[in-house]
Amino acid sequence: MSATLDELSLGRPSLARAKLPLWALMVTGLGVIVVTGLIRIATHMSSDVALLLIAVALYLVAQTMVSLSVEGWRHAKNRLMTSLMLAAMVLAVLPLVGVLGYTVAKGLARFDSVFFTHSMRAVAESDPNGGAYHAIIGTLEQVGIAALISVPFGIMVAVYLVEYSSGRLGRIVSFFVDVMTGLPSIVAGLFILALWVLALHQGNSGFAGSLALVILMLPTVVRSCEEMLKLVPDSLREASYALGVAKWITVVRIVLPTALPGIITGVMLAVARVMGETAPVLLTVFGNSAINTNPFSGPQASLPLFVFNEVGQSFDNAVNRAWTGALVLILIVLLLNLIARTVARFARVRG
Amino acid sequence: MAKRLDVKDLNLYYGKFHAVADVNLSVPPRIVTAFIGPSGCGKSTVLRSLNRMHEVTPGARVEGKVTLDGEDIYATAVDPVVVRKTIGMVFQRPNPFPTMSIRDNVIAGLRLSGTRDRKRLDEVAERALRSANLWEEVRDRLSKPGGGLSGGQQQRLCIARAIAVRPDVLLMDEPCSALDPISTLAIEDLIGELKKDYTIVIVTHNMQQAARVSDQTAFFNLRGAGQPGNLIEIDDTEKIFSNPGRKATEDYISGRFG
Repeated sequence: MSATLDELSLGRPSLARAKLPLWALMVTGLGVIVVTGLIRIATHMSSDVALLLIAVALYLVAQTMVSLSVEGWRHAKNRLMTSLMLAAMVLAVLPLVGVLGYTVAKGLARFDSVFFTHSMRAVAESDPNGGAYHAIIGTLEQVGIAALISVPFGIMVAVYLVEYSSGRLGRIVSFFVDVMTGLPSIVAGLFILALWVLALHQGNSGFAGSLALVILMLPTVVRSCEEMLKLVPDSLREASYALGVAKWITVVRIVLPTALPGIITGVMLAVARVMGETAPVLLTVFGNSAINTNPFSGPQASLPLFVFNEVGQSFDNAVNRAWTGALVLILIVLLLNLIARTVARFARVRG
Repeated sequence: MAKRLDVKDLNLYYGKFHAVADVNLSVPPRIVTAFIGPSGCGKSTVLRSLNRMHEVTPGARVEGKVTLDGEDIYATAVDPVVVRKTIGMVFQRPNPFPTMSIRDNVIAGLRLSGTRDRKRLDEVAERALRSANLWEEVRDRLSKPGGGLSGGQQQRLCIARAIAVRPDVLLMDEPCSALDPISTLAIEDLIGELKKDYTIVIVTHNMQQAARVSDQTAFFNLRGAGQPGNLIEIDDTEKIFSNPGRKATEDYISGRFG
């Protein structure tokens, strides 16, 4: 009696609220599937993608209605937003998984020892054999040289920007680094083609390609290192200065090691970015169907270029080689990433 | 060891902002001097100017004279790096180097300045850790990272790191403000022991702490918002806390203000 009175007179609600059970959501889902099936029969729509989108939209509406009627506005909005985020996440991940899965499925056909030990010299495009040994060597050499040049330079520029610059020059350098980050890769290729290959008569070579890749890598390395150096707390620099340690030693022995894991990640991103570049490599390295291990003389091959050439052929055997080339490219980036992460972990003090 | 510091007509600026005006004080050797006062009155700024750490902040400027046993540390020929070797500093928040082990943290000052002798470095590490009352707690894990210690241990590690370079003066900028009472007690005991060998200046917000550890106390205050901070008075700690010469000091330490 008194409880009823309380509820009536004070309107004091209980803490518990109606909650949509899981089976209700499942029933809603089933209903949406049935409705979509009916739409399909009624309209003779044959596009699966369109039907899927319709089903997703229907489910969002239905779930909101059901939740609204049982749980009220706040929960309905919460469920709607959660579902929207989930849908966006799936939409973003789907292409990624798709690309990886498709490349693996298509690339496994020629993922054999011949592919890794043979070049395309004296191999007709229609032949089932032939390989990318020459292209793998070319890519590793070109990207390796590009990294050897741009990583030290990039880190030094970043150190200058964060630790030493004050005022005008720093801002100008920073601005140009930003501009260069957005430089189209074909422009970098054209620049090296015009300057190094043609004007300086150096000819096509792996090294010319490396130079073009340096132009593309440098701003990425500078930007990421700069951000990582900025993250190093000033208290560490001050602690070092207060011990009577000179500034450059503080930078080399305290600041850089502290930022190292982040710097390695940034460098790996830059390497991964240039590893797949085709246009500048086409202009500067030119491509070669035979093995050329010397990056400083004569045209070389590279994996993106190999893929580009093979996929343009009208033979299934050539297209298969292209897919395997793409798969190898992904695997190399993955492997480098793993190595870099391992190095970064062991560079730290173990606890 | 243990030299005296004299400050004459010191004015400190951050860019155009006049942070501290006209400070004159003397810090005799082998005693503990405490700086107290409300937040923003410039005590930490004065402390940082005593080993040329003030100028590390971009735009910061120093006017006036600071002498270490009569030698002007702001003279043009003086190398700030050498000044900081002679006048060490411990900061408010423990800041061990995260990439270094406990042992490497302690000897960082020597090693980064070029000392290579392994045996000597080991000796210094042990002696500094013993002086900081930390040796027994860390002797079995010297190669573990310094960041794995508790806050109080980290702060004692930072003190060990500061005294490992054998400075003449030790500056401490609120060394206990991030620590619990037990760790604070450990640091205060340590300060009491260290003053036998070092000239110590400590900035603190905790007046009981100033009364407990210091022999001489300087009270800083602000004239008003946006005005520079200045030194109100400096005297024996006993006198400041029992019979201060100025009304503002009495108001502050009795809790009537600030």
